[in-house]
Amino acid sequence: MLNLVGLGFVVLLAAMGAATVESTLTTILQIQSLLMLVLQLIALCLMHFDVCNSVQYDYYKYHPMHEIQSWMAQIKNEHPDVVTIMDYGKTYEHRTISLLKIGFDTGEKKKAIWMDCGIHAREWIAPAFCQYFVREILNAYKTDSKMQEMMKNMDFYVTPVLNMDGYIYSWEEERLWRKNRSPGPAGCACNGTDLNRNFDANWGTIGVSADCCSNIYCGSHPVSEPEAQAVTYFVGTRKEDFLCFLTIHSYGQLLLVPYGHPNFTASNYNELMEVGLAAAEAIWKVHGKNYTVGASPDVLYPNSGSSRDWARMQGIPLAYTFELRDNGTFGFELPENQIQPTCEEAYMGALHIITYAHDKTFSGAVATVAATLWTVLIAMGVTGSNSM
Amino acid sequence: METGELNPNHYPAQRAAKVVQHYLNTRYGSPHKLFGLQSVHSGNAEDLADSGRKYQLEISVQEMIGNTTVKCSAEVLFPRGEPQRSAQVQASCEELLKINTTAQEEAWYQQHQKNQGLLSVQNLPDSYGHIEPDMKPLWHLCIVASSFVMLNESTENTLYNVAQVANVTQLATQNDQLKFDCHILLHEMVSQEIIQWKLLFTWSPPGGVKMLQMEQLPHRCEKPPNTN
Repeated sequence: MLNLVGLGFVVLLAAMGAATVESTLTTILQIQSLLMLVLQLIALCLMHFDVCNSVQYDYYKYHPMHEIQSWMAQIKNEHPDVVTIMDYGKTYEHRTISLLKIGFDTGEKKKAIWMDCGIHAREWIAPAFCQYFVREILNAYKTDSKMQEMMKNMDFYVTPVLNMDGYIYSWEEERLWRKNRSPGPAGCACNGTDLNRNFDANWGTIGVSADCCSNIYCGSHPVSEPEAQAVTYFVGTRKEDFLCFLTIHSYGQLLLVPYGHPNFTASNYNELMEVGLAAAEAIWKVHGKNYTVGASPDVLYPNSGSSRDWARMQGIPLAYTFELRDNGTFGFELPENQIQPTCEEAYMGALHIITYAHDKTFSGAVATVAATLWTVLIAMGVTGSNSM
Repeated sequence: METGELNPNHYPAQRAAKVVQHYLNTRYGSPHKLFGLQSVHSGNAEDLADSGRKYQLEISVQEMIGNTTVKCSAEVLFPRGEPQRSAQVQASCEELLKINTTAQEEAWYQQHQKNQGLLSVQNLPDSYGHIEPDMKPLWHLCIVASSFVMLNESTENTLYNVAQVANVTQLATQNDQLKFDCHILLHEMVSQEIIQWKLLFTWSPPGGVKMLQMEQLPHRCEKPPNTN
């Protein structure tokens, strides 16, 4: 910002210095318009200081909620042809829950990818990843034909922070807060429900507590919480469209597949494991970090009421929980100098799952924008044997 | 519970291996030496009738400051019965004693022995995961002290990590031992709870960490709801 204003002043002063008696009137007009430009720049930058130039938005720092909201508006303004903001619910404290819908507007009903971050307030690396993910796909589609094809065929629905009340609370009051901020039942001394135990998926059966003070308190009944209701309603009314449901958490370096209940196995468990293991390999290739793949009751702990389990039960075939870095050294307080490598590796993992979901539905044909008829014919011939 | 050969990636072996990490830190940890569990290669669990369950593990740990990987064979016994007794660990690690941090420890010890203005630091790491380089040895030391608690408290149904050192104060040196008071926040993965402990301990290069007092603090009181 200061560079632009400074430049304006330099030009202004140069113009003033060059003024002669004969060209005084012209110079005065030049100075006037330059002054207007400089004042406009100052006003613009004062209004949107944090995101004055979104090229300068620092994806490798943690951002408070209001900065994330400004960023969302900026992203939409910069990509109006592919980005829409959709409000789809309210938090307990009446904040509006929003997502970024990203994809080409084809005028037709499209398949979709879901990603949410920040169900748990203290897991700050998760919202950082959602923001990075958005930046990556918006950078990629202009030059990468595969991403272009995916944006044509699918819409990406990305919620940078689902549990906004909790996230703000972790910035202002208690860094290690996990739950939302709804009050407990009458007589309870504590606040908050664990949103990832509140979904209608074997609700309240295992891996939960009925103690309202517990960090895994599952709520007074299934989907009692407005944040869980928002996701349930939005995704539930579009469930046939969704190919893939990714919910981002930390920490532990895990890719979790449904179900959290040890007595239930997903009908496509083998596929989920195969795709998950390939995603973990893609992650490992970036920075050598090992992510363990498995059902929660095997590799972490049994649980119920998770958003991933609910999504799978709706029939969304590829539902994963990502638990990002690290393994406990820093835990929830992952240093900012690890945001970039964490996001880079998680992106490759998510991209693998998304690409698989896309290719499975759209017959695995890879078409470049300038695809020749010959390429199309070959693709048609090949996909007959490739399609699952 | 699983018996016999264990899947090394599944939680029973992983939780037992974490206990070995805590044990190694209590025995060998210092301001300049800290171990983290890297991977479990194989594991075996055996039910010992009334005494408890015994795990045999082949693991790798990483000495995190010098970035050395060390292989260990370990046994973890989780005793059964009331009152609850701590896990018992035996471990033998190849080339563990070769990791030489004596010089750094001596220097740090000398520097803090002379400390007239006794040190008091908050929030290691801070909310953004940052720790001043000068403060890292202190952070490591509190984690070592925390490992005594984590070792004592661990069962087959828990997985402990240090979430944050809320406060560390250096107290007056006692019998040539540096003395510290650490207020720590532990994260227990299965319950997802944050548990607070107050630790009083001494340290010197030859003596290592010796715990004087370990006190669990009650849950934070809930602040009154915002009336905005």
